Amino acid sequence: MQRRRSLPDVLAGGVFAVIGGVFVVGSLGYDRGTPLRMGPGYFPLLVGAIVAVLGLAILVKGLLAGSDLPFEAVPWRAVVLVTVAVVFFGVFVRVLGFVPTSFVTALLTAFASRRVRPLTALAVAAGLTMAATLVFIVGLQLRLPLWGW
Amino acid sequence: MELFDNLVLGFSTALLLQNVLYCFVGVLLGTAVGVLPGIGPTATVAMLLPITFAFEPVTALIMLAGIYYGAQYGGSTTAILINLPGESSAAVTALDGHEMARQGRAGPALAAAAIGSFVAGTVATVVLAVAAPPLAAVALAFGPADYFALVLFGLVVSISLARGSPLKALAMVALGILLGTVGQDIYTGTPRFVLGQRELYGGIDFVSVAVGMFGIAEILRNLENEHDRPALLGRVTHLWPTREDRRRIVGPILRGTGLGAALGVLPGGGHVLSSFTSYAVEKRISKRRDEFGHGAIEGVAGPESANNAAAQTSFIPLLTLGLPAHPVMALMVGAFIVHGITPGPNVINDEPELVWGLIASMWIGNVLLVLLNLPLIGMWVRLLRIPYQVLFPMIVLFAVIGTYSLGFNAYDVYAIAFFGLLGYVLIKCGCEPAPLLLGFVLGPLLEENLRRALIISRGDPTVFLTRPISAGLLLLTATALIVVALPAIRRRRETVFTEDD
Repeated sequence: MQRRRSLPDVLAGGVFAVIGGVFVVGSLGYDRGTPLRMGPGYFPLLVGAIVAVLGLAILVKGLLAGSDLPFEAVPWRAVVLVTVAVVFFGVFVRVLGFVPTSFVTALLTAFASRRVRPLTALAVAAGLTMAATLVFIVGLQLRLPLWGW
Repeated sequence: MELFDNLVLGFSTALLLQNVLYCFVGVLLGTAVGVLPGIGPTATVAMLLPITFAFEPVTALIMLAGIYYGAQYGGSTTAILINLPGESSAAVTALDGHEMARQGRAGPALAAAAIGSFVAGTVATVVLAVAAPPLAAVALAFGPADYFALVLFGLVVSISLARGSPLKALAMVALGILLGTVGQDIYTGTPRFVLGQRELYGGIDFVSVAVGMFGIAEILRNLENEHDRPALLGRVTHLWPTREDRRRIVGPILRGTGLGAALGVLPGGGHVLSSFTSYAVEKRISKRRDEFGHGAIEGVAGPESANNAAAQTSFIPLLTLGLPAHPVMALMVGAFIVHGITPGPNVINDEPELVWGLIASMWIGNVLLVLLNLPLIGMWVRLLRIPYQVLFPMIVLFAVIGTYSLGFNAYDVYAIAFFGLLGYVLIKCGCEPAPLLLGFVLGPLLEENLRRALIISRGDPTVFLTRPISAGLLLLTATALIVVALPAIRRRRETVFTEDD
């Protein structure tokens, strides 16, 4: 078989191996117990090891005979803006109140598209904030302050 | 007639005004998200789950179920009209359905899909009603060892049905199980992997996982390559199929229904598999094989019936064993638990109104879907004109607010961001998200039953092999793993999935 490296395979394998490894190391800190009375560390250690081994297998396979997957450019702008928008909501909803936080989250998300015009983004964010307020605060009686401070 | 009594009980529950109303809301929303490309039923159910907490349990489940099978239905409309499958199982429908639309026969294609779905939904509802009680009775004899084997079997089968590399799917399941261990240990109360944060003691909320992996990750995938939606074809006219069409769709609808009803029970995507299988079968036995791919109405009627039948019968493992066969079912397990009902074989005896009401509501939902789809097709076509730039901020905002409202826990929101990024990277690398979510939901069940079985057997691991049910299921699990690993079968499996893609 022809040797072909595959970036997606190596990357996926790496992610599995790292997460599995982290959980293995973490579960060493918990009581393992015996098979009769398993402690809290037994099961995660086992599964973590399985994930890590599978990750390594995928990684090695990716280096030797990887699968041919299309790998399109990462939309960094969207990745950053959407992540920031989500985290922003979690951090600030209690501080700033529902309306301003929703507006900022929607606005940041709208700008994730490379094609959006600033005015459209503002309009989308305003409309969505109003819709969300109607649905969640008026309709579902969600107990959150509308405005913070 | 016990079946008759059960159905009477079911219909008397399902026909209560609020239940019909929320069934309607469910199928309406389901059709909408099925029609709109880029938002699937899993993300929708995850977002709307908090809303249903205020309802009666049966009403909540009726609405969530409606979203699920409504989406299977709506996906076909988009597939036929603009050649974009709104839902993964509609990919096959696009092959011949869109070809028919290009020849000006969008009407008959939509009608064939609607009639097929309705027939399939009706038959599959009866199958569900007949099969559920005996299966639940069998499941009552299950001990912890048997449950462990059953969950393991379900997870392995979900791998064999996933598209792409089975090794990656296996890793996704295992990763899901691993992430499910975060939080307090059930037996000792030891907090595991909580990074010292009290908010993580309850574990990661599965709504965050679902919204992140199916909502955010999907949006990021779509933003990789922003392009205009393909143009809509002209107006839909002449909905009713001709006599010739009607004659041609009878066979495919019946065969598709049978296939779908059988394959839908399998965990992890039976509805996708069944629509592909039905297409392959129809193509093989057709006398007009060369018409397939160029607008054969059989290629629309068969797969559409199959995926709708599968959507209904995939409730069988959920209602009898408490095992979710699809990510949406996994979310419904969460809905059961929130309402204080432990899903499993007892539900059918303890909560007959709930189970039979849900089953009967599916038939009502199918009637509503036909009414919603055929006469109102113009409305759905208009929905397709909503630009994606409006749609995706809406998904993100509503997902974030919905998840936050679950427990007013900011960590649930951070988890969305984490799983969105993780999901994006993994999906980009050819890993499917569904096995991870199933592993995440079933993982705690796996650990609990493993530990309980070993305590009962006093640490003797042979308990899994000496109990006949458990041994049989483990044998099936091993067989499934071998089948997935065999290169010859794998190649064949790939052709089923990629044929005519």
